[in-house]
Amino acid sequence: ASPSPVAAVLEAVDRAAPLPADSEVTLEANPTSAPGSRLAAFGAAGVNRLSIGLQSLDDTELQLLGRTHSARDALQTLAEARRLFPGRVSVDLMLGLPAQQVGPWLGQLRTLLGCCDDHISLYQLSLERGTALFTHVQRGTLPAPDPELAAAMYQEGRAMLWEAGFRQYEVSNFARNGALSTHNWTYWQCGQYLGVGPGAHGRFAPQGAGSHTREARIQTLEPDNWMKEVMRFGHGTRRRVPLGRLELLEEVLAMGLRTDVGITHQHWQQFEPELSLWDVFGASQEVKVLLVQGLLLL
Amino acid sequence: MWTPVGRGRWHGRALTVWAAAAAHRGLLEPRPTPTREAAAKSRTLDRLYSSADRKEKIDLSRFSVENIRNFSIIAHVDHGKSTLADRLLELTGTIDKTKNNKQVLDKLQVERERGITVKAQTASLFYNCEGKQYLLNLIDTPGHVDFSYEVSRSLSACQGVLLVVDANEGIQAQTVANFFLAFEAQLSIIPVINKVDLKNADPERVEKQIEKVFDIPSDECIKISAKLGTNVERVLQAVIERIPPPKVHRKNPFKALVFDSTFDQYRGVIANVALFDGVVSKGDKIVSAHTKKTYEVNEVGVLNPNEQPAHKLYAGQVGYLIAGMKDVTEAQIGDTLYLHKQPVEPLPGFKSAKPMVFAGMYPIDQSEYNNLKSAVEKLTINDSSVTVHRDSSLALGAGWRLGFLGLLHMEVFNQRLEQEYNASVILTTPTVPYKAVLSSAKLIKEYREKEITIINPAQFPDKSKVTEYLEPVVLGTIITPDEYTGKVMMLCQARRAVQKNMMYIDQNRVMLKYLFPLNEIVVDFYDSLKSLSSGYASFDYEDAGYQTAELVKMDILLNGNPVEELVTIVHKDKAHSVGKAICERLKDSLPRQLFEIAIQAAVGSKIIARETVKAYRKNVLAKCYGGDITRKMKLLKRQAEGKKKLRKIGNIEVPKDAFIKVLKTQCDK
Repeated sequence: ASPSPVAAVLEAVDRAAPLPADSEVTLEANPTSAPGSRLAAFGAAGVNRLSIGLQSLDDTELQLLGRTHSARDALQTLAEARRLFPGRVSVDLMLGLPAQQVGPWLGQLRTLLGCCDDHISLYQLSLERGTALFTHVQRGTLPAPDPELAAAMYQEGRAMLWEAGFRQYEVSNFARNGALSTHNWTYWQCGQYLGVGPGAHGRFAPQGAGSHTREARIQTLEPDNWMKEVMRFGHGTRRRVPLGRLELLEEVLAMGLRTDVGITHQHWQQFEPELSLWDVFGASQEVKVLLVQGLLLL
Repeated sequence: MWTPVGRGRWHGRALTVWAAAAAHRGLLEPRPTPTREAAAKSRTLDRLYSSADRKEKIDLSRFSVENIRNFSIIAHVDHGKSTLADRLLELTGTIDKTKNNKQVLDKLQVERERGITVKAQTASLFYNCEGKQYLLNLIDTPGHVDFSYEVSRSLSACQGVLLVVDANEGIQAQTVANFFLAFEAQLSIIPVINKVDLKNADPERVEKQIEKVFDIPSDECIKISAKLGTNVERVLQAVIERIPPPKVHRKNPFKALVFDSTFDQYRGVIANVALFDGVVSKGDKIVSAHTKKTYEVNEVGVLNPNEQPAHKLYAGQVGYLIAGMKDVTEAQIGDTLYLHKQPVEPLPGFKSAKPMVFAGMYPIDQSEYNNLKSAVEKLTINDSSVTVHRDSSLALGAGWRLGFLGLLHMEVFNQRLEQEYNASVILTTPTVPYKAVLSSAKLIKEYREKEITIINPAQFPDKSKVTEYLEPVVLGTIITPDEYTGKVMMLCQARRAVQKNMMYIDQNRVMLKYLFPLNEIVVDFYDSLKSLSSGYASFDYEDAGYQTAELVKMDILLNGNPVEELVTIVHKDKAHSVGKAICERLKDSLPRQLFEIAIQAAVGSKIIARETVKAYRKNVLAKCYGGDITRKMKLLKRQAEGKKKLRKIGNIEVPKDAFIKVLKTQCDK
C-alpha cells in the first residue's frame, strides 16, 4: 500500500462528513526492513496511529507463521513508529503457537515491554483451515498447540502487563496512559461503524435512507469484483441484513462482556430502554449459578 | 446392564442356522444323472427359493422309503462341513465339478465373509450304489451353541449324522456339543476325520480321541480330505450302509415337522418340512399344532438345492410347503402340521425361542429411526428367534431392545443390518435377563406375578421389596491344551464360575466344565479365553437355568447428580471393577466444563469408584474486528443450538456422544 490512496480516502471521508481533528486514524502495518520514510509518508497523509503486526520476536516462529519480517525488522519498525507517532503505537503479540513454551514466550513479552509504546494486543493462535500451518498440524509435522500452556501464558502475561502499568480493558487488549484504541472500543460498545473495502463489515442504521433500524452489511470479498462493483454501482456492498432487536442485544452482550467495565446499566438502556438487566437476566437459573460461582456479576 | 464390554468374539465359529436347520428335502424322480442345468443354476447365488429353474412337477410316489437317507453334517467350526458338502454335491452330480465350488451353500454375504454358515440350506443328492438309486438328503448345518435348539429340531428329522473332526485340531468344544445333540436324538453317527492332507494332520491321534470321548470304535472313522476330494466317496457309501432309512408310515395320517421357514415377498411363508407320516399335496387343509390355525396348501416340493415343485410329498421325505401363511411366526421351528380333522400327537420338544442376550439398538440419529425400524422388521421377518421390544433411552432416544439367542446371533444380526440394509446403529452393551422374586404385595399386584424378569435396569426393584434376585447361568465346556489349564481356570474363577468337571481327553488336552453366570460370558470372555490360550482353547455353553445372586443397582453420578441413562445392574462382587470402568470411559468422553466434574459410581449411598475431569480454560483470545463479530455471533448461535441438544445433568452439559461412548459395545481392533 502507498500513502496517496490513504490520503485520498481520508479526504473523501472528510468531504462527506467532517472529521473531527482528534479522530483516530490507525494504520495496520506489517514490519518491514526499511520502515522510516514510508511511515513518515503515511503520517503526512493523515495517519496518526499505528498498529504493528509484530506477532513474535522469535525468527523461527515468524517463519512458522509465514511472515516475511524478522524479529529485528519488527523492533526497528517499532522504534521508528514510536518516533513518528509517540504514544500512539500498538503492537500485536501472539501466544499459543505450536511447540511454544511458557518461559521463552514470557521472555518475548519482557523484551517487548522494554521497548513498546502504550498499547499491546495479545492473541492466541487460531488455526484456520486452508492455511499451511493448519495442514502441518493436521499431518503431524507440527505439534498441536497446547491449550494448557496457552492458558498459562495468558495468565502470566496478564500479570506481567499489570505490573508494567497496563490496564486490560478488553480480553485481548492492554493499554497504559489512557492509550485505548478508539475504533476498537466502538466495536465492543456496539457503536455504529461503516466498513468499506473488500470483505468489510459494517453496522449502522442508514438514516440517510430514512431507516432507524441498524443493518449488518458486508462488502464483496474478492478485491477485483469489489472494484468492478464500485465502479459500476458506486458501492461494493454485497449484503444488507437488518439487525433484529434481539440480535442487536445479543451483540451488545457478547461484545460488552469482553471489556473490563462490562455492560453498565446505562449502556444497556441505550439499546433496551424498557427492560433493565435485572428484568432480563435476574430470573435465569444459569445466571444464578454463574453468580454463585463468582463467574458473573449482575 | 451397561457394563463396558468387549464384544465376545465368536468369529469363525460355525453358526447353526437360527431359522432352522434344514429338513431333508423331498426326493427327485429317479434319473441316472441329474440335469446339468439344475447343477449350473445352483451355482448362481440367487436365493434358494427362486423359481428360476422350475420344471414340471415331479412325481415322488415312486420312490421307496428304503432308498432314502436323511442326514446332517455336524462339526466344530472350520473343520470342513461346508467343504465336505461341496464335495458331496459334486460327487453326486448335483452341481458341476469345477474349481469354483466353494461353500456353494453359503449364500449370504455375511456367511461368506465370516466363513460361517448362517442359513443352512438343504440339498437332495442322487446316488447310485450297487445298482440302486438312492436319494440322500443333506443339510449343511454349522453347529453353534446359540442355536442348539434349531439344531436339535433339524436333527430330529435325520436318522444319522456325519461328525466331522479336523485331523489336526482334533476334538473341540463344539464337536462335543454337537455329538451330544446327535446322541440324544439317537442318531447313527459316522465319524469323519477331515483335512488328512495337511502337514500336521494326525488322524491316528484323533481316532483315539474319538474312541475315548465318544466311545466309537476307531475302525468306524473315515479319513478324508474334503478339499482334495480324497476318500469322499467312501462317505457316501457309509451313509447308505450305516444310516437307516426313516421309519415312517405313508398310510398314516399326515404328520410333519417344521424345520425352517422363510418369507418370500411374493409367495408368503415357505416352510421346510419333514414328513413323519402320511402324504401332503396341493389343496390339502392343514393345521398348525401350536397356533391351531388352518391353512390350505398351495404348493409342495423338494430342494435340489433350488426349489423343485412336486405333486405330493410322502412320509420320510423332506421338502417345502407353501400354505398361505403370512408371517414366519405362523410356521415356527419345531411345530407339527397335520391334516384338518385328523389331529395327531404333536412331535415332542417344541418350544418358543428363548433369548439369552439382550442389546439395546438405537439409530445414530433420531432422524434415522424409520429407516432402522423397517430394516429390523425385514431382518426379523426371516428370523423368528429375535425378540423385539420397543425401548427408549434418555440419552439415545427411541430404539429397541432386541433379544438374541446368543452373542454370535447378535453380532451377525448387526452385521447383516449394516451390510444388507445400510443401517448404522448404536448397539449398547449386551445385558442378560435377570429375575427378581418379589416380596412386596403391592408390586406383586402391579406385575401380576411373584417372579419378574428385569430387562431394563431402570426396572430393578429395590432390595427391600425383593426376597431374592436371580441371574441366568450356563454350563460352559472348555477344551484346551494342557499347558493353559492353569490360566484358563484362573480366568473362569475371575468370572465367578464354579467348576463342575475336569477330564483329560487325551495326553495333551483337557476338557473343563464350569457353571458360569451368563453375564460374565457376554462380556469378552471368549476373547480373553482365546488370547490367553494363544487361540487353542475352544468354548461352548448351554442354558442352565437361574441361580440366586447378590445383584445391586449401580448409579453413576456427575457432581452428585445421578445419570439415569447409565444405571447398571451388577453383581455385588463386580460392582467396583464395573463402576471403575464406566467412570474411566466417562472421563475420557465428557467434554471439560468451566468447573471440575466429579464422576462417581455408587451403590445405594456408598461411592465405589471415582474419576475427575479437570476444569477447562476456554480461549476467547482472538481478534475482534467487524468481520469477526459476525463470525463470532454465528459461532455463539450454533453453540447455543448445540447446547439445547445437550443433556444437562445438574449444570454439566453432556453431549450425546459421551453417552454413546459409554453405552455402546466396545469395538474390537
